Amino acid sequence: MHSRRDFLQFAAVAAGLTGFSGWTPRASAQQQLTQDDLLKFDAKGKLTLLHVTDMHAQLKPLYFRPPSENIGVGDYSGIPPHLVADDFLRHFGLERGSALAYAHTMVDYVDLANTYGRLGGLDRTATLVNAIRAERGEDNVVLLDGGDTWQGSYTALKTNAQDMVDCMSLLKPNAMVGHWEFTLGTDRVLEIIDELGFPFLASNIVDTDWEEPVFDSTSFVEAGGSRVAIIGQAMPYTPIANPRWMFPEWSFGLRLETLQKNVDEARADGAEVVVLLSHNGFDVDRKLATEISGIDVILTGHTHDAIPEAIKVENTLILASGSHGKYLGRVDLEVKNGKVTDHNSYLIPVFSDVITPDPIMAAKIDEVRAPYEEELGRVIGQTDSLLYRRGNFNGTWDDLICEGMMEERDAELSFSPGFRWGTTLLPGDNITIEDLYTQTAMSYPEVYRLEFTGERIKEILEDVCDNLFNPDPFFQQGGDMVRVGGMGYTCKPEASMGARISDMTLLSTGEPIEPGKGYVVAGWASVNEDVDGPAIFDLMENYIGKQEVINMQPNQSVKVQ
Amino acid sequence: MTKQSFHRRAFLSASAAAALSAFFGSGRVFAEAADVAKAIEAFTAGSEAGEGALTLTTPEIAENGNSVPVSVLVESPMTADDYVESVMLLAEGNPLPEVATFNFTPMSGEAKASTRMRLAKTQNVVALAKLSNGEIYKASNNVKVTIGGCGG
Repeated sequence: MHSRRDFLQFAAVAAGLTGFSGWTPRASAQQQLTQDDLLKFDAKGKLTLLHVTDMHAQLKPLYFRPPSENIGVGDYSGIPPHLVADDFLRHFGLERGSALAYAHTMVDYVDLANTYGRLGGLDRTATLVNAIRAERGEDNVVLLDGGDTWQGSYTALKTNAQDMVDCMSLLKPNAMVGHWEFTLGTDRVLEIIDELGFPFLASNIVDTDWEEPVFDSTSFVEAGGSRVAIIGQAMPYTPIANPRWMFPEWSFGLRLETLQKNVDEARADGAEVVVLLSHNGFDVDRKLATEISGIDVILTGHTHDAIPEAIKVENTLILASGSHGKYLGRVDLEVKNGKVTDHNSYLIPVFSDVITPDPIMAAKIDEVRAPYEEELGRVIGQTDSLLYRRGNFNGTWDDLICEGMMEERDAELSFSPGFRWGTTLLPGDNITIEDLYTQTAMSYPEVYRLEFTGERIKEILEDVCDNLFNPDPFFQQGGDMVRVGGMGYTCKPEASMGARISDMTLLSTGEPIEPGKGYVVAGWASVNEDVDGPAIFDLMENYIGKQEVINMQPNQSVKVQ
Repeated sequence: MTKQSFHRRAFLSASAAAALSAFFGSGRVFAEAADVAKAIEAFTAGSEAGEGALTLTTPEIAENGNSVPVSVLVESPMTADDYVESVMLLAEGNPLPEVATFNFTPMSGEAKASTRMRLAKTQNVVALAKLSNGEIYKASNNVKVTIGGCGG
């Protein structure tokens, strides 16, 4: 109860500081919001957990527009994280136009982006982490990285993630877990882990031959006077969502029995606090908390949900610390007689303009980027529209990518996967190589060109839709709906698999998509091996280069019922 | 190159369209409910199946529909008077639903077995255990077979 009140106090302070009258001039907002405000926290007990997750290799401050739809189904409808815009503001008592409203919602996004500036930057995060370590005592703070750290930028792609490994090693996390990390391939993952200097945990990965554990499941830390067990959970559906052939020796899955066993063993080994560092996704962890006993805190990632404070499910606190370095999650725990007796939590939004960058991290970031600086800044186009990715069905960045694929590969339709990573550009911004790669940098970028029948296209949409809207979270893989270019359709999220998609229409003619007819489809990020085609970043550089200026109209081709 | 990796390559080098058709099985003939009922009837000889003593472990979502790990465990003292005789595995949605039957004796020590099976599509996997005293136990899990590829 304390945590809620304290959080609301912060929200009120932040709102009062900045006010809302149309929009606040940026300089004045910056004068009013300070680094100390961001660090204000009603500390509890002796132990502090800090959480970063789903950074997607973003070392520099950025814009990231929160989604305008994030539909939950069944029991998960209308509760966090399935709240957006005004519903989100109301639920958490945030004032429109406040700093937190900007960090967490897309309401007035462009105006507030101009007011409050970029979020994130690992040098700013380092400053916050150092300040909290100084405040609480270095030995009382446990810093955990929820994964999706080594993929998502031009420099991570070019250095095989060495840039992220080098920068993160300065931050000294106590442990990490993985998902996109595995798309570097088995050999590179093992090579990095070898010199990581902290544990890479996975309770739920076994080798495909003998089903024996591949990684340590648990790491113990003495912190805040307590014995803390950290158990790691990799993204359970990595070999399904990403190319299995890149790490064929490893099998994933939820493996709840193994997890319960690892929790029980940690308790038997004297753990007073058990933390699950998870890349399961929020709803999976919300359900998991009702099925696994003995976990005090789940630090969750994967679905990129940012919830201002931890949510309590039965006896477990769940903190979802967003993505792209926008937030630093903090949970303080009071532990008495081997039990958690009190807590406070919230996500610290990393307002880059009011935080002094940590000079050591800033220098390291400059160093890893230096060989690529010229290429990163190379301008390939300009946008008049807000370009963003997040949303259940579409975003303007993917609309542009779908357009580019149809044009460059001479296809009637196009598919772009429902990734949730990728930053935002404001109207009037230049589009640089760095911007393009935040949407496309990955290790299987080939754009295929294939003929699919209308029937098969419907099967694909139904399949992906069920991964997103299955009423049982344990069947949700995370990610959003596959984006479709050249075609409109109607989606009923609450319907059952096979009955969610209807009214499929070829936009160029207005004709219905016919089940027996063939359509030429271009798409990228196929999980199959030996895919032929140009890389998506090269194709899009070419396409954007041909446009005078990018102007995206609102996408109304998907109707949701 | 091992035989296994040769097969994997051969399968994946087919176009994505072919791969999809393998997953979705357009044009395939799947097991009729009657086939499954007949196999169960033959195994149980009409006895009613109970629940509880039999644990069936499968993944929630198959990573590879061509090779899905499955294991069964039946709680039993495995003595000469009281043991598990056999466990049958059925994949309800496969063209041939009978996957395997494991036979045990008291000498087996425990009634535990694992194997891998091919699942043509999303379906229920059923396990039935027959005990020496004639009791039958049943467990069933739904295993999803999906195209995947769109995770965030």
